[in-house]
Amino acid sequence: MSPETKTGHVGRSKRRNQAIAFGIFRVLGFVVIAILFVIIGFIVIKGAGAISWEFLTGMPSEGGASGGIFPAIVGTLCLVAGSVLISFPIGVLSGIYINEYAHNNWVVRFIRIMNNNLSSIPSVVFGLFGMSLFVNTLEWGDSIIAGSFTLALLALPLVIRTTEEALKSIDDSFRQGSLALGATKLQTIRRVILPMAYPNIITGLILSIGRVSGETAPILFTVAASFLSHLPGSIFEPVMALPYHLYVISTSGTDIEASRTMAYGTALVLVAIVLVANLVANALRNFFGNKVKMN
Amino acid sequence: MKKAFKRFLERCTEGLLLLSGGTTSLAILLIVLFLFREGASFFKSPNIESGYVLAVHPENPVNHLSPEQIKRIFDSEIVRWDEVGGPAMDIELFRFSDMVQYVPEERLGADFEHVPAVVDSIVMAHPGMIAFYPEQFVAPEQQLKVFPEATIRPEDYFLGHDWQPTAHPAPQFGVIPLVLGTLWVSLFAVIFSLPFGVAVAVYLAEIASERIRKVFKPLIELLAGIPSVVYGFFGLVVIVPLIQKGFNLPVGETGLAGSIVLAIMALPTIITVAEDSMRTIPRSMKEASLALGATHWQTVYRVIIPCSISGITAAIVLGIGRAIGETMAVLMVTGNAAIIPHSLLEPVRTIPATIAAELGEAPKGGTHYEALFLLGCILFVITLVVSITVEIISSKQKSNLT
Amino acid sequence: MSKLAAKDIHFYYGDFEALKGITMEMTAHTVTAFIGPSGCGKSTFLRLFNRMNDLVDGSRMTGLLSMDGEDIYARNIQVDELRKKVGMVFQRPNPFPKSIFENVAYGLRVNGVKDSGFIASRVEASLRAAALWDEVKDKLRQSAFSLSGGQQQRLCIARALAIEPSVVLMDEPASALDPISTAKIEELIFELKKDYTIVIVTHNMQQAARVSDKTAFFYLGELIEYDDTKKIFLNPRVEATQNYITGRFG
Ligand SMILES: Nc1ncnc2c1ncn2[C@@H]1O[C@H](COP(=O)(O)OP(=O)(O)OP(=O)(O)O)[C@@H](O)[C@H]1O
Ligand SMILES: [Mg+2]
Repeated sequence: MSPETKTGHVGRSKRRNQAIAFGIFRVLGFVVIAILFVIIGFIVIKGAGAISWEFLTGMPSEGGASGGIFPAIVGTLCLVAGSVLISFPIGVLSGIYINEYAHNNWVVRFIRIMNNNLSSIPSVVFGLFGMSLFVNTLEWGDSIIAGSFTLALLALPLVIRTTEEALKSIDDSFRQGSLALGATKLQTIRRVILPMAYPNIITGLILSIGRVSGETAPILFTVAASFLSHLPGSIFEPVMALPYHLYVISTSGTDIEASRTMAYGTALVLVAIVLVANLVANALRNFFGNKVKMN
Repeated sequence: MKKAFKRFLERCTEGLLLLSGGTTSLAILLIVLFLFREGASFFKSPNIESGYVLAVHPENPVNHLSPEQIKRIFDSEIVRWDEVGGPAMDIELFRFSDMVQYVPEERLGADFEHVPAVVDSIVMAHPGMIAFYPEQFVAPEQQLKVFPEATIRPEDYFLGHDWQPTAHPAPQFGVIPLVLGTLWVSLFAVIFSLPFGVAVAVYLAEIASERIRKVFKPLIELLAGIPSVVYGFFGLVVIVPLIQKGFNLPVGETGLAGSIVLAIMALPTIITVAEDSMRTIPRSMKEASLALGATHWQTVYRVIIPCSISGITAAIVLGIGRAIGETMAVLMVTGNAAIIPHSLLEPVRTIPATIAAELGEAPKGGTHYEALFLLGCILFVITLVVSITVEIISSKQKSNLT
Repeated sequence: MSKLAAKDIHFYYGDFEALKGITMEMTAHTVTAFIGPSGCGKSTFLRLFNRMNDLVDGSRMTGLLSMDGEDIYARNIQVDELRKKVGMVFQRPNPFPKSIFENVAYGLRVNGVKDSGFIASRVEASLRAAALWDEVKDKLRQSAFSLSGGQQQRLCIARALAIEPSVVLMDEPASALDPISTAKIEELIFELKKDYTIVIVTHNMQQAARVSDKTAFFYLGELIEYDDTKKIFLNPRVEATQNYITGRFG
């Protein structure tokens, strides 16, 4: 007996199974993707009503139930700038070290594992650590500088990984070509490798801005203030920040219902930051025709 | 001369690079150091409210009570000494504020100088009494037996069933309800998102056309970047009311709300990781299956899914890890009651949410503060285990396919 | 009667024309070898016979390709049915990460065979036909990855034979193997000829000369010469063939 006779009628049923299974997967795929986009759409539509010039540039009043979110925007900008200033140089240098210098596999593996571990630590643990080291031990108090350092630690693994990927994607022949011309390693990196890698590195930077700007737990105890009617005067002062502001006005406050509009608006601003960061990063990626894999 | 300087410069730069390479390791080291330093001193804290002592009749053989026993005694849940290893006697409670019921206020003296003697006489007159009073009134001439200063033991913390950091006279720091709450919420989050996540991953990796994939993949990656507080807010204004109405509950802030929000947040991660692992399966494996007359669907479920099972597992573990550590979204929607969960429709409280909610109120350096740092340590260890597991699982897939 | 027939086949990867009008016929129970320099379209042509190129996005074919006189690109042809009749062995051994037994049984299972006794007998017969039975009969439940490269390739041949195809396509089946494993595979091909029609792509001239009855020489997407293997190797009609065979180019 050959399989032919045994399986004469099977062909149709297996094709039918395929049609059914793929149909289900298609529907599931679309449903899930639709759900995810409903969430974004919801925030965008509800938030759009709250966005106005006064909202973006005004001071909060009535415990967040009215007024604007200007100090929170400024605060988040300060924190993003601070954390990027700290994490970026270190991250890029250490990415260069891992990819260009460290030849000992053991060292590279160790650094990479540490990197992975650091990126898997929950953000609230960073908050605890930041409070213990920066706020209390170093006595910086709740301040922009304490918050920036805490956020910088969080962004560091991301920056390192992007840099590494960017450098890895450059063909070795460029390095050898430059070295063969008598350039030192450092010159090779500075003159040949970095100029080629920097579009991808910038992409990573922008994505990490998106990430940092939305983090709440790390800044809860290191910098964030619920309400300030003035802008910070120095880096040793606390600030308001968008994500914390959203948390505060949506969960506490005198009049939660009245704060809802403000909350939708704040949520939209946060989503918009991430959206813009991604769009810019994508545009850069396409513009330079290179591929960076982020995650 | 110039050359030597140049070489020196190169060396310096290399040193700088090495230093930067070590930053992450240093950061982890510091995190461990600070977290565990603060956390470890928790076990040096007294097991009752600081500044107070417990005393009993000298003939009472009981010398030590756990925070849980103290709480239950003062809540009148334990009413007899034999329940805590003492004699067969009823327990009588004496709080400092009860003093005036026993003696008129004048007898305490202008500066309360007679208090030690009064306490002593009251306790001596009641063999079954346990007294809770400020340390400053302990005096050498007292006959009653003051419990030796005891610290919170690890088992009180790790096996305790009660989390009430501000309870009198003994604050309760039992992490079991928090640990269970965390696992409970995270587990259901993954159970909810797994089938959908894998289905979407299969759809994107195998079924969708290249064009659709190119549009959806970056969009899904973008969703992974939306701040958790935004998801929490969405949960608060949409999912919580839905649950409240749907199940007819007094409050919608429940474990279920937390699980759903976390499931939505975990979806992009699960989809991306699972899809990536399906796409790393060598083309030849797929072709081999098709060449044997298998349909595409048969190839998917007989070859592609089994081959990428470790990638999918890594996605699950990663999802659990993220869910366990997620703070803001959970804090906003779970209702934060520190009780051991019995159903998904009750409020629960997770470890990260507890830290975020309570650290602001805990006095710096106090027992409560240290207890929260210890929670941070637990969280750190859990996620470390998770990340190592992911590492092992994904390196297994790589070696499996080559 | 010819088993396989191609008539004026043009094949395009997007805008790139990989095959430029190929016409040839292959008789049943013969071994036909495809030779030619790298990139000349041998694999592309081979993979047309089990419609493996359907998977390539943006590819296109014109011309008539038939098996037993039936157009295999006709609308009513079910691809999975076709592939049951036309087995394929790939350049690199590509067993599934399953047991040896399950690898061979795979084709039967996906085609709906449930009878475990029948499956076991087919697995044994296929492994015997692939000259692998004696080496693996005691470890059928072990992972296929525990086999050597040569054994894995014979396992892949057994896997292809299990569903009793009438044609077996082989794309450089021995190129990743050591000389001893290669010899075994060649021996095997000779044996299989009795029951199957075999088409084999190879870069190894000696191999083509040893195993094949007919040889086709491809160059830049065109079929330059197709004849009895003896004729091609001893007395080719076209100078390019002569040059290629003697190693003067390619
Ligand atoms: N998937 C594809 N997309 C685009 N072009 C392809 C694809 N596969 C093959 N080609 C091109 O088609 C031509 C023929 O390729 P084919 O693989 O058939 O060559 P071959 O004769 O088998 O070569 P080799 O001996 O190296 O295996 C080559 O120029 C190749 O670059
Ligand atoms: Mg080829």
